[in-house]
Amino acid sequence: MTMNRQETEQLIQEVLEVYPEATGKQRAKHLMANDPSLEKSNKCIVANKKALPGVMTARGCAYAGAKGVVWGPVKDVANISHGPVGCGQFSRAGRRNYVTGHSGVNVFTDMNFTSDFQEKDVVFGGDKKLAKLIAEIDTLFPLVKAITVQSECPIGLIGDDIEAVAKKSAKDIGKTVVPVRCEGFRGVSQSLGHHVANDSLRDWVLHGRDDDNSFESTPYDVAITGDYNIGGDAWSSRVLLEEIGLRVIAQWSGDGSIPEMQTTRHAKLNLLHCYRSMNYISRHLEEKYGIPYLEYNFFGPTQIAASLRKIAAFFDDTIKENAERVIARHQPMQDAIIAKYRPRLEGKRVMLFVGGLRPRHIIGAYEDLGMEIIGAGYEFAHNDDYDRTFKELQDGALIYDDATSFELESFVERLKPDLIGSGIKEKYVFHKMGIPFRQMHSWDYSGPYHGYDGFAIFARDMDMTINNPCWKNMQAPWKRASTEGLQLAA
Amino acid sequence: MPNVMLRNNAAGELIFYITKKDHEETVVALEHSGPGPWGGEIQLADGSRFYLEPFAQTPKLPLTVRVKRL
Ligand code: SF4
Repeated sequence: MTMNRQETEQLIQEVLEVYPEATGKQRAKHLMANDPSLEKSNKCIVANKKALPGVMTARGCAYAGAKGVVWGPVKDVANISHGPVGCGQFSRAGRRNYVTGHSGVNVFTDMNFTSDFQEKDVVFGGDKKLAKLIAEIDTLFPLVKAITVQSECPIGLIGDDIEAVAKKSAKDIGKTVVPVRCEGFRGVSQSLGHHVANDSLRDWVLHGRDDDNSFESTPYDVAITGDYNIGGDAWSSRVLLEEIGLRVIAQWSGDGSIPEMQTTRHAKLNLLHCYRSMNYISRHLEEKYGIPYLEYNFFGPTQIAASLRKIAAFFDDTIKENAERVIARHQPMQDAIIAKYRPRLEGKRVMLFVGGLRPRHIIGAYEDLGMEIIGAGYEFAHNDDYDRTFKELQDGALIYDDATSFELESFVERLKPDLIGSGIKEKYVFHKMGIPFRQMHSWDYSGPYHGYDGFAIFARDMDMTINNPCWKNMQAPWKRASTEGLQLAA
Repeated sequence: MPNVMLRNNAAGELIFYITKKDHEETVVALEHSGPGPWGGEIQLADGSRFYLEPFAQTPKLPLTVRVKRL
């Protein structure tokens, strides 16, 4: 059952009825039926606004956006969770941003450094403790390339001057020390944390090698930004770019490093996957170093081929020919995957609710498998993301911005999708409702999903989830309406 | 006086990006668009208007500038 725009609007009205009037009015602005002819979203949907009191939102905090998302995957950096121990400990190693290297030598992503604030630090300030901690990290892990100070809520509240500590410590230890003002209470979601982290990279890291020209660049140098190497995503993207003759000189920030980031200025083109979390630095790279950025999409063969062509168009004919050759080489393998899984997945209806990019980017991969997206929404997208979404979604599909858990559950009850793609907070609710579910933040401990190699895994995972025999056994045998169970018993 | 970034998109249109608001809009009319002075009154696709102190020459884009809301 595909709904048209009126039916979707009707559904939204019915779900909103439960709310008190003022809340309902506010929430109505975040929900809509898709109209692919729309160009601009600011007239029809409100995004990036504070969640209302009393509802359950799926959003995180600015610290999560800065420390977890943007800075977390940089491998040669020690990220200090500055403040009480919990924020860092509970978010540690949960994101599966893969790296190469050896823990404690050239990889520090798997560790939790924290200043472990106690009452006395809140009362008397934590600057001294921070300076001591930075010196300690430098002694214990001398190969750390940089140290970042990721502020948790109390730092902003007590007004510590982490910038001053960072400047002084940087001199003392002779390394980059980056203060990141990402206190959790800033902004409405983790999205501000992305922005703050981008700005700290711009202000404290990026220009580090501006007067060092020893790097030998080629006309085919590119950078990957906004790929966090979840389950190896950046690697399965990188091999394709290398196969068409480009050289990837930097990864932001999955499996990335500080020297890579500082040599990014030699790139000829900046390939931007997650627009939401890294458009800020991409715009800056374009303005300061004249590196144009290109948004691309490596989910599913259709989008991959289109993106490879788009990327190749920036370069000479050899690259263009290479791109065609690479696409042609992979096509039969992709066709085989589709031939295998499409019959099992054809016509299945999917609802997505993820961060700020995937609900629009991954649609192509589902459509390659003959599946249909009937609803999509973002936790923390802004209006420029919705501008980019309308064209990707089918007419009449339900769009929900920062959906509350009540709304999401009500929509699912009514629309009865065959698959939901969302996060860990939603997963078990929908499992209990008997609906197949995939985590689309962490790829549900699988992945990679980017690139041609990723599509094979994606297709298998979707089939494995939807066609799992367990979904037929959601009801206790004695409660089954059919007589099949009774006959067996008799 | 918002800070905005002006850049050309792939289609060659001039894009007006309000940094603070993450809001992108296409410029539909620019008072002085070179050669010679570049800037002046800017009209956006959503109808809003801004004023940019004109440059003597067409500047190199992208560029962050301060503009006045009209
Ligand atoms: S909101 Fe504050 S206390 Fe909570 S996780 Fe974020 S930084 Fe830590």
